Amino acid sequence: MEICRRNDEIEISELDPFLAELLRQIPASANPEGVPAAEERIFSPPTNGKETEICAEWKLYVEPELRRLFQTATQTVAADLEQLNGNENKFANRTLRIPSKHADAWLSALNQARLVIAAKYHFTDGELSDQFRSPIGSRRDLSLFQVNFYGFLQEFILRELGGWEQGPGSGG
Amino acid sequence: MNKRAAITTFHVWKNAGPSTIDKPTIEKEARAEEELDLPWQVVVHNDPVNLMSYVTMVFQRVFGYPREKAERHMLEVHHKGRSILWSGMRERGELYVQQLHGYLLLATLEKAG
Repeated sequence: MEICRRNDEIEISELDPFLAELLRQIPASANPEGVPAAEERIFSPPTNGKETEICAEWKLYVEPELRRLFQTATQTVAADLEQLNGNENKFANRTLRIPSKHADAWLSALNQARLVIAAKYHFTDGELSDQFRSPIGSRRDLSLFQVNFYGFLQEFILRELGGWEQGPGSGG
Repeated sequence: MNKRAAITTFHVWKNAGPSTIDKPTIEKEARAEEELDLPWQVVVHNDPVNLMSYVTMVFQRVFGYPREKAERHMLEVHHKGRSILWSGMRERGELYVQQLHGYLLLATLEKAG
């Protein structure tokens, strides 16, 4: 896999079928429904529990807004990911181009997915900071790899976003 | 009237001279006003999933902090488990917490003191 910035896009090329499939799973992985721990993390309370009035208003007015915000981000990412659904040989490597204007949506969707997966599998701090864990021997290992792979993409987008925010020509 | 202004007026009035009224009920009211007027704090809590660079970017965007200050707060969250990012009136604090949740950070609004 190669990742680089080309003008106003991030280009991820030489994506093998396995990594392409992990990318395709971002929108589904970001969905916390059916995983109470993930729901609790994504929609965490706005106070330390003492301010019940604020919490009640939050549930009523803010949470639906947050749901819409997160959903819009995953929908944008899902649309970008359609580039990976070509008709060519399914074992061929793919290329994905992320427009700079979608960078925030990608950061959000990747973060949602990482948080949901981590909550679902109750990963420990130690597991999350073990970047060199291998090989993948279980569904849990695969999910941890997924969290780290998405984190790597986030880091790259963040680095490039810094360049974009400073103006054209910087960074990259 | 602004709550802080009400308390200030009371103190000036109380110190104006011996002829001013100094009823205990007013004292009680003033204390209640002070409690109401306590600043609120926006607190961000540690989360092992969120990337350090991401948290720094969010602090810069939401609070307009320079990179160094944003990094200091991020490191405080990382090492101490929490950091107070901002103090002030409740409405503004609620808005900040809402923005931070929009970025999926663990943030709470808490009464200072």
